[in-house]
Amino acid sequence: MAGETTARRGAPPALRPGPAARVLPLVPALFLLLAFFAGPVLWTVWASFTDAALTGAAAARTDFVGLRNFERLLTDPDVLDATVLTAVFLVGSGVLGQTALGLLLALLMQGRRGWVRGAVGGVVVAAWVLPEVVAGFVWAAFLEREGTLNLLLQAAGAAPQSWLTSLPILAVVLANVWKGTAFSMMAYSAALAEVPVDLKEAARVDGAGPLRVVWHVVLPLLRRTVAATLLLVTLQTVQVFTLIFVMTGGGPGGRSTTLPLLMYREALGFGDIGYGTAVGLALLVVAGLFSAVHLRTLRPEEVR
Amino acid sequence: MRRAPAALALLLAAVPAAAGCEGSGRDPGTVKIVYQDFGAFRAADPLFRRVKEEFEAANEGVTVELHPIEAPAEDYQTQVNLMNRSPADAPDIIYEDSFTINQDVDAGYLHPLDEYWADWEDAEFYSEQADAAVTALDGKRYGVMLGTDTRGLWYNSRLLEEAGVETPWRPEDWDAVLDTARELEAELGDGVVPLNVYAGTPAGEVSSMQGFQMLLAGTGDALFDEEEQKWVTGAQGFTDALEFIGTVYGEGLALDQRDALNANVATLNNDERIPDGEIAISLDGSWVTQSWIESGNRPWPEWEEEMAFAPMPTREGQEPGAASMSGGWTLAMGAHTADPGLAWRVMAHALSRENALEFAVEGAQIPVRSDVADSEEYRERSSIVPEAVELVGVTAFRPAYGDYPRISLAIQEATEQVVLGEATPEEAAAAYDAEVAGIVGPDAVTGG
Repeated sequence: MAGETTARRGAPPALRPGPAARVLPLVPALFLLLAFFAGPVLWTVWASFTDAALTGAAAARTDFVGLRNFERLLTDPDVLDATVLTAVFLVGSGVLGQTALGLLLALLMQGRRGWVRGAVGGVVVAAWVLPEVVAGFVWAAFLEREGTLNLLLQAAGAAPQSWLTSLPILAVVLANVWKGTAFSMMAYSAALAEVPVDLKEAARVDGAGPLRVVWHVVLPLLRRTVAATLLLVTLQTVQVFTLIFVMTGGGPGGRSTTLPLLMYREALGFGDIGYGTAVGLALLVVAGLFSAVHLRTLRPEEVR
Repeated sequence: MRRAPAALALLLAAVPAAAGCEGSGRDPGTVKIVYQDFGAFRAADPLFRRVKEEFEAANEGVTVELHPIEAPAEDYQTQVNLMNRSPADAPDIIYEDSFTINQDVDAGYLHPLDEYWADWEDAEFYSEQADAAVTALDGKRYGVMLGTDTRGLWYNSRLLEEAGVETPWRPEDWDAVLDTARELEAELGDGVVPLNVYAGTPAGEVSSMQGFQMLLAGTGDALFDEEEQKWVTGAQGFTDALEFIGTVYGEGLALDQRDALNANVATLNNDERIPDGEIAISLDGSWVTQSWIESGNRPWPEWEEEMAFAPMPTREGQEPGAASMSGGWTLAMGAHTADPGLAWRVMAHALSRENALEFAVEGAQIPVRSDVADSEEYRERSSIVPEAVELVGVTAFRPAYGDYPRISLAIQEATEQVVLGEATPEEAAAAYDAEVAGIVGPDAVTGG
């Protein structure tokens, strides 16, 4: 809207450079956005209505197949399984893990000494900075049969675990919590610093303990941050591919095949690009639904 | 609003450009070769390096560009297909599984070779069988076989003798294989895996072909009915093959579930476990010796004394007594090549007697050129065992149709369920039948 008023104000063509001259500097950026963002997105939508394939006759002559891919999507048990696993992964690692742990860390770090904050922050952020492939390998090595965790368990006399094969979704959830908590932690740390000290003081004077202060004063003030962070974490988490692919490859038996892995398997593993892109759109729906839920439940209320 | 048409025009211009459909931008003096270089298979790389060096030296102005791809066979094919989709990036020469030729011809990725083949003086060294494998359904020739293989039981004679099993070992039927494995388990204890049979989804096609289909081939049943042109469901042989896998894993004769369900299980077995004496019998390809020869990943000169090869018997030892599966890799020409004549000359150079010989030796391949197979030099230097070469007579091939990769995954899933004990062989076979009907449609299945 602001753009429109600006455009109207700059209307007299005689006095100012013409619209073409004003648009010109935008062209490179516009071109890049269209070519590398809008183009592929539109192409994906188009492909999901076709039988586009990597090889075979359909690769030579791609036909429009209407809603066939979407009909298949609704009846494919693999899609249902992958959607459930995506939801488990999202809630487990994104919402419960990263957000809760990030908030807890941010609260605990408040008012600590500089070196404590530096050390904890450094460790958490280091995990975040690691490339996903490396994080995946680190976790696979940690959880492997002869991995670090089993050596530790053995030393403690406990039974060894084999989560990578027996409970792969738990393994990838743990890894993603470890990897992604830094983002929430930093967002909440920044927001906590903005909470006015006098509000907390006032609550304390009224006799509230530290837990009550957090619950009744700090958290309500963090509402907007929580909403924004949850939204970003959700969008990031539903599209995690590399970490899971490196750790479990989606297996065993598809028990950690989330929607991005299913999309990869269909589009590139089986070369069925049409169906793979349809799965991609299903992923978009899942992400959209969760985002809508966050936005609705955390809508900032009027200040009391 | 006024800007919308301009933006739309830009967008329309951008889409094909992004998809790389415009302009070929190909240099006619450059020949791009794409090949696999992965795991224990390292023989293609020296072959094409040699070709590059020799061909460029003899032909000034020609550049041979090498694109090794380090990925398992399925991912390798995906990457080559992606290159083929873009005319500017498409390779001129492809190291191609004979098994995918039909699909790639349908997709328009390959260039027919008949006119060059007719004039090639070395063509006479190729057998009819090798010709059939590279001829597509349209009757044209699209590739030249580099080498082939068979599959069977590799066993460690030292371990078998230690356990009191008579060598050379020649099991007559499946029960004899299982009995020996049980004997080994009792005699050798926990340090040695008696019998390796690949299964499960992580190992991919290895499970399907070296594992399950080697068993199915011994039952007389097949995955695909060529006469009816339909996929087979409800076959007794299918359940029997799963039963065998269930027995091997259920009785603890195989690798631990965790080791078996590892994407790199085949490489780990051949580069580590077998040379370390941790596996007594392994159902695997004729090429596994490529890991142990001097140029291999794990040079193990003692393999010639320790390891021996026995054909995999049929279920009850019925005719022909042994079962095998075969594949074969070829050189094919990309459809978008700028100068097919030049690409052919590079191909022919790679296929020459000397190069074919080196490739067969380094890759532990069964050579296709008769002048290589019959040569004294090959017999002297090759690590391939004669028992494996003999299986060429009984061997079977995979159904080379577009649906196969999905069918193969369904097989891998069935074996995995049996390995994990999540389903009985009957249940897993029933699930496979339902899966197949879902993949190809109920009209394209027979039986059941």
